This record gives sequence, C-alpha cells and structure tokens, in this order.
Amino acid sequence: MTLLSLNNMKTDIGQYAVLHGVTLDIPEGGVFVLLGRNGAGKTTTLRSIMGLWSPTPGSVTFRGADITGLHTAEIARKGIAYVPENMGIFGSLTVEENLILATEKGRFDQPRLKRIYALFPALEQFWTKQAWSLSGGQKQMLAVARAIIEPRALILIDEPTKGLAPSIVAAMAEAFREISQSATILLVEQNFHFAKSIGRDMAVIDDGLVAHAGTMADFAADTELQERLLSLSA
Amino acid sequence: MENLSQFFGRFGGVYLLPVGLALGAFVLIGAPSSWATLTIAGLSMGMMVFLMASGLSLIFGLMDVLNFGHSAFISFGAFVAATVLSALSGWVGADSVFLNSMALVFALLAAISFGLAAGWFFESVIIRPVYHDHLRQILITMGALIVSEQIILALWGGTPITVLRPHFLEGAIILGNVSVEIYRLFAFGLGLVAFIGLYLVLNRSRIGLLVRAGVENREMVEALGFRIDRLFIGVFMVGSALAAVGGAMWAGYETLITPALGGEMMIVVFIVVIIGGLGSIEGTLLGAIMVGLTANYVGFLAPKLALASNMILMTIILLWRPNGLRPAVK
Amino acid sequence: MSASLSKPSFGDIAVKSTVLLIAALLCFAPFLFQDVRALEVAARICVFIVLVASYDLLIGYTGIVSFAHTMFFGFGAYGAAILLRQMGPGWDAVILGGLAGVLVSLVVATAIGLLSLRVKAIFFAMITLAAASVALVLASQLSHFTGGEDGITYRTPDLFKPAFKLMVDEDGKVLRLFGVKMNGKLAAYYFVFVTCLLLFFVMLRLVGSPLGTVLKAIRENEARAEAIGYRVVAYRTFVFCLSAAIASLAGTVYAVWLKYTGPDTALSFAIMIDILLMVVIGGMGTMWGAVIGAVLMVIAQYYLRDLMGVAAEATAKLPLLPELLNPDRWLFWLGIIFILLVYFFPKGIVGTITQKGARG
Repeated sequence: MTLLSLNNMKTDIGQYAVLHGVTLDIPEGGVFVLLGRNGAGKTTTLRSIMGLWSPTPGSVTFRGADITGLHTAEIARKGIAYVPENMGIFGSLTVEENLILATEKGRFDQPRLKRIYALFPALEQFWTKQAWSLSGGQKQMLAVARAIIEPRALILIDEPTKGLAPSIVAAMAEAFREISQSATILLVEQNFHFAKSIGRDMAVIDDGLVAHAGTMADFAADTELQERLLSLSA
Repeated sequence: MENLSQFFGRFGGVYLLPVGLALGAFVLIGAPSSWATLTIAGLSMGMMVFLMASGLSLIFGLMDVLNFGHSAFISFGAFVAATVLSALSGWVGADSVFLNSMALVFALLAAISFGLAAGWFFESVIIRPVYHDHLRQILITMGALIVSEQIILALWGGTPITVLRPHFLEGAIILGNVSVEIYRLFAFGLGLVAFIGLYLVLNRSRIGLLVRAGVENREMVEALGFRIDRLFIGVFMVGSALAAVGGAMWAGYETLITPALGGEMMIVVFIVVIIGGLGSIEGTLLGAIMVGLTANYVGFLAPKLALASNMILMTIILLWRPNGLRPAVK
Repeated sequence: MSASLSKPSFGDIAVKSTVLLIAALLCFAPFLFQDVRALEVAARICVFIVLVASYDLLIGYTGIVSFAHTMFFGFGAYGAAILLRQMGPGWDAVILGGLAGVLVSLVVATAIGLLSLRVKAIFFAMITLAAASVALVLASQLSHFTGGEDGITYRTPDLFKPAFKLMVDEDGKVLRLFGVKMNGKLAAYYFVFVTCLLLFFVMLRLVGSPLGTVLKAIRENEARAEAIGYRVVAYRTFVFCLSAAIASLAGTVYAVWLKYTGPDTALSFAIMIDILLMVVIGGMGTMWGAVIGAVLMVIAQYYLRDLMGVAAEATAKLPLLPELLNPDRWLFWLGIIFILLVYFFPKGIVGTITQKGARG
C-alpha cells in the first residue's frame, strides 16, 4: 500500500530549479532509500515533502490526503518526522529537554521512552547533559530518538551515517531495522554499503528527476546500473 | 594565558566583567560613598535599559527580525504612563501609599496594555509581510518609527512634559553616609523581577523551551510540529510591553520627557544588545548592567567622555568578542 | 533583466530620456527658472543626486543598510565650513576642508566596516545608527569648533560672491545674458553643477566596471560569491569607504553653496530619512533611480509643504487631522508613503518602469 506519493514535484530554490518533476511512490513499511550524487536533489526532496521548500507545481499525497502547501508544523502533526542532515539538535537544551520538546503534550509516554533507552542507551546516560556536549554519534541518536518519541508513520532521515564511526553506523543500522518494524523510513544515503544493508526499496535521484526506482535487491545485483547512476565520473 | 582564561571561566567568565568594572571604578573614584551612589545609579539604569532591550534581543533571536521601530514602544510607554500619572495627579501626590501605588499600577498597566496592543499591530501588520528580508525589514521598521514619532509629536506636542512621581517613591534613604534614591531602588527591583520572571519562563516552562529551541533552530521546531510564527507574535507582544514598561520607568527617572526619548534610548539599547549578544536575556542583562555602570562612572570621572563611553565600550567588546559577550547558541 | 541588457526596452528608454531631460534642465536652470528659490532647489537637487547615488552604491549594490550617510556628508560640510572660517574665504580652505572631510570619513568608515561587517550585516545598521547619533551630539557639544546648534556662517571664495562680476558690459556693469546676471551666484551654481556631474559620472563609470559586476554578484548571493572566492567583507568595506568619501565631497560642495553649515543642513537625522526616501522612491540598485528620487523629493519638500498648510487650514475643525496635516508633520506622511513603497514597489519608480517595459 502506498504511504506517500510525490507527483511531478518541481522545486525552485531562489532562482535555481532544483527538482524538475519528481514522481515517486513510497510503500508502507520498511526502509526506502534515496540514492544519488551530491547535488542531485535528495535533500531538496525531503525538504519539499516536509514543506520547508514549497514545490510548485506538483503535489504530495500522504495516506491518501493532499498535504501540498501545508505548513511544516501541520505536516509534522499528520505523522511525518524529519531528521535533517545537520541533525537539528538544540545544543543549549539538555537531552531530556530535546526529547520532551518533541512530545505533543509535553510529557513522556513511558513505554516509548523505555524503547528509546533500549535503542540508544547513551541517551539515558547523558540525560541531563546539554546536547552540544554530546559526540557526533550521540547527537545523531538524539536526533533519531526525537523523531520517534511520538508515533510517526513516516520518518525522513537525511544522511545519518555521515562522519560516524563504523561501530556507531552498525548500531544505527540496527536501530533503523527496529524502527522500520512500526514505521516507514525514507532515508537519504550516500553510503551505499549501509543503504544496501537496510534498504528494501530504493530510488535514484539524478539531476532533479527520478532516474531509477525498484527494489534494493535488484539494484544491488546490477553493478552496471550502479556504475551508471552513482559513479562520480558520469 | 590559557590558565588565566580557565581561571576566569571558573569564576563566572564574562559575568565577572561588571564586578571588575565596579572594582576598577572604586580605585579610580576613591571616595566610597560617591562610588556607592554611582554604582546604585548604574545598576538601576542598567535594569531599566534591560527592560527596554530584552524584547528586542529575543525577537531577533527567535525570528531573525530586527525591529528598528522598537524605540517607539519605549517612547509611547513613557508618554502613556506620564499621561495616566498626570490624570491621577490627586492619587500620585496623596499622602497614602495605597493611592500612590494604585496610580503607579494604573500607569504601568496602561503602558503594558499599550505595548501589547502596539506589539500585536506591529508584528501582524508591519513586519509579517517582510520576514526573511532584512533589507526591507530595516527600511519598513524605520519607516514605522518615523510615523510613530510623528504621532507622538501630534498627540503630545514637541515641548517637554513633566512626569509626576508617586509620592512614596520620592526622596532618598540614607545608608551609612550613602544616600540612595528610592526611585532607583524601585527601578532596580522592578527590572530584577522582570529578569527573574523571564528567566523562569524561558527555563522552566514549555513555552520557554519552545522559545529557546526556536532561537537556535526555528525550522527544526516547526518540523517537530509547532507553529513558531504563532509563538513569535506572543514573544513580540511581551517584548514590546517590556519596552513600554522600561520607557515608563525611564520617564519617572528623568521626570522631564520629550519625544526624542525613544530615539536616544534606542542607541543605548542597540549598544546593549550588541555587547550582550543577540538572542539571550542573560547576555542582554549583562550588556545593560555594563552600559549602566560605564555611563555613570565615566559621567563622574570624565564627563566629556560620557557620550562616547558607550561607543568605546562597544568597540572594545566587539574587538574581543565579535558576537557579543554571551550570544544565544546558533 | 537580461532583456534590458541586450536591447534597450521601452521602459529603459523612458528612464534614460527622463534623466537626460533632468540633466538639461539642471544645466540651464539659472536661465530657465529665474528666481532665487528655484536656483536653491536646483542646487539642492544636484547635491542630493550625488548624495543619494553614493548611498545607492551601498544599499543598492551591496544590500547593506547604513544610517551614517549624513554623518559623512556632515564631515565634508563641516570640514569646509570650519576651515573657511578659520583660514578665510579662499580656495585653499575649500580644498583642504574637502580633503580633511574625506580623510575623516575614510578613517571612520574603515573602522565601522571592519568592526561590524565581518560579523553580521545586521550589526552594521545598528552601529552606523549609533555612530551617526554620536556625531550629531558631538557637533552640538563641541560648539567652539562647530558652532553648536547655531552652526557656522562664513564667506566663500570671491568668485562666488553675488557682487562678483563674471562679465561686464561697456558701462562696467554686470552683463546680462538672456536676462540673467553674469555674477558670482551663477558661478557658484555652475561650481555645484559641474562638481556634482563629475562625481556622478565617476559613480556611473564605477558600477559599469568589473567592480560593479562583483558587487551585484555579492548582492544576489552572498554565500555563493564567498564560495567563488570574493572577499565579501573587503569589498563591502571598500564600497562603504567609497560611498562615504563621495558623500563627504557632496557635503563640501553644499557647504560652499549655502555659506552656512549647521546640524540641520548637514548632520540631522532628517537628512538621512530624506536620502532613504529618495533611494526607495527612485529605485535601489540603479544610478538613474537616484536622479529621479532626488528630483521628486526635493521638489516635494519645497512645494508640497505649502500644500499641507492649506490642507491643515481647510480641515481645521476636524479632530487630530489638522495636527497631522500641519506642515511640521510632513514626515508623518513621508513615513507612510515610505512604508507603502517598500511594501508594494520595492524596486522604486525606475525598477518598476524598466521591468514593465521589458515585459511589454
């Protein structure tokens, strides 16, 4: 069943056209990976879904309802969470404050909190520390935790493994598998090895368009296609 | 050098600066009683300036909006309060602390209500169309300032107006051989209450949490499902009301006010937020106290330098810390 | 925009021919408008065209707002005024005063630029405002030097004395050409006109040069210009200094014309507001806009106030309105017009006309 569908999404940033008409269906469940070279428009796709850039023309449909042009906050309340590339951590707030801010009612749902502690034990350990003092990996964990503190149907995550140590990347992969049991993850990823290990479906964005979409298994088997769509030389 | 700055940091870092300033002034002034009087005057001026500046700093921090019209709230606060006090002149001069206080409360309430209403108008009518466009924002808020000043001139005329002080705030109390004006103590106390109130709201409440998070990263707060723009109008209104209260208190301090008051204070307010760092009330308080103390000490030690003293202070601090003493984390 | 570059559009032609017409009118002003007030207006227009164009170099071509432009104008005016009074009416005083004004402007502009531009452009607006107000208060406090609130009156070089005879007829009287006396007043006007024309051409040349292209690139996209390798802070500080120096020269010229310099003519914040209005009315980022904005505003200043007086009398019985229509409240209406212009016509007259022409 389709959870999110992008229909001919065109986005301009200032005077530059970045997306030239992205059309894509994201099925419910699992991890959907967006691949592509730098500057191809992956981040812009996520930001356009989130309403941080407005796609004109084009439309975004989420659970059958048109969410194009809604305010970012309303899109979030419809059940989409966003983990930006820079993680968007509030450095002067403590770990606890970062998380409680993300709850809708201002208090924690204890079972969900337990689940987050289980996924990312470091967060419980540094509960009262200001977030700027965390390591890069811990900040990324906090950013992901903040996205799942409320039940969200879709979680947009932008390059979560960038600059992280291999052990943390492995922990992150584990966490994403667990999260994708109950929600859909739309993941932008440069690290193909990581993407291959957790992705079920995938698409390649190239020059503001969807260049290929299919299952990760097929794409991983087709080295020629990978070479054509992802290599830097082309 | 490294050790020195660590040592400095451990004992309060930049918050030590006013203490250092006061100690330095103590050595230069020599006479303890003059020094005490000047210090109290400086602290109370600092607190009034803090009232005027805190809103500007938060408004900028939260929405990246710099309101050049902010001084209009200061002026209007002063004139509205002065008008209410003169209308209630019977109560103001009465030998009853209760009637005095009621007059004062009414005057401050009038200033606050005006600030809230004018803040709402400014934000929703004047500023909202030009979010994210600094150039037009500066021009439009400056235009609004011009119009506001002209309205003050049209309503109250260009001649100075005498401000009545409630009877119980007149005079001074003598502590040892230091005479302390009651009004200054009151202004200091009111500013302190406002600071503590703001501090508690920002650090202990959910709204405050949202404001602090929004100052750091507005987009992310929205992506978490909160409408920053709706929060912002509230912050704008409160900030404007604080400026109006600051103006009202300043009117009582000066006792003679002209429509130029807002413009004069605006320069001081700008220097305070630049020194303190935009976006944090702790920084604004620090900047305000520094400016208040400097103005009073220099005014005593070298009256000719008094005017330039704030500019010099700002230059030194900007050379040392280009973002101000304690800016909000961005 | 590209359309206006490749082939002149209708709007472009309209703007340029208007400017040409204005230049012609100003050039022959003493002959066309033979009364004292009109010549006053023409000279003020010349000076303000330069002042506004130099401000536009800053706001229109680099996108940063300064509130200290009058301060630099004042440096030039007071430089000439003080030296003309101290040294007597000679060209040496004018030239030295002009140079001193430029020098002080350059030093102050460099200091402000380096202090604020490297951090945030928004600090710049605040710091220039603070600096300008300090300069204003200093001018009124250092009264033995600046004449305080009263300002300074002085004599200018003999060539500009109304009694000076440029040409004489057979009887030794001042020659009249087309009814205009060939006297020192005429010489003074042409001194103003020619200097301003030269300064304007310098600026026009500058914005057409590679420097102008760089400035536009910075204005359009600061981050990208920085990424390409332009040192944005250095460029902005340079332009700030340049516009300060030109404003200072304009101040010197105006001081020589007026034979009086005081806070109201050279330093007050009201002049800053005039400059802002002229830039916005004319259109930011175009030298032609400065010309049209300055002409419209100066004429309005001289003649619209009379109209307001009439309107105030006509509405005398209504509440508040006559207060607001009082000629002293004329800034009220300017402020409102200013706000509306920034909302609805941020490109000003020239920008709007050029755009319309390019589309049609």
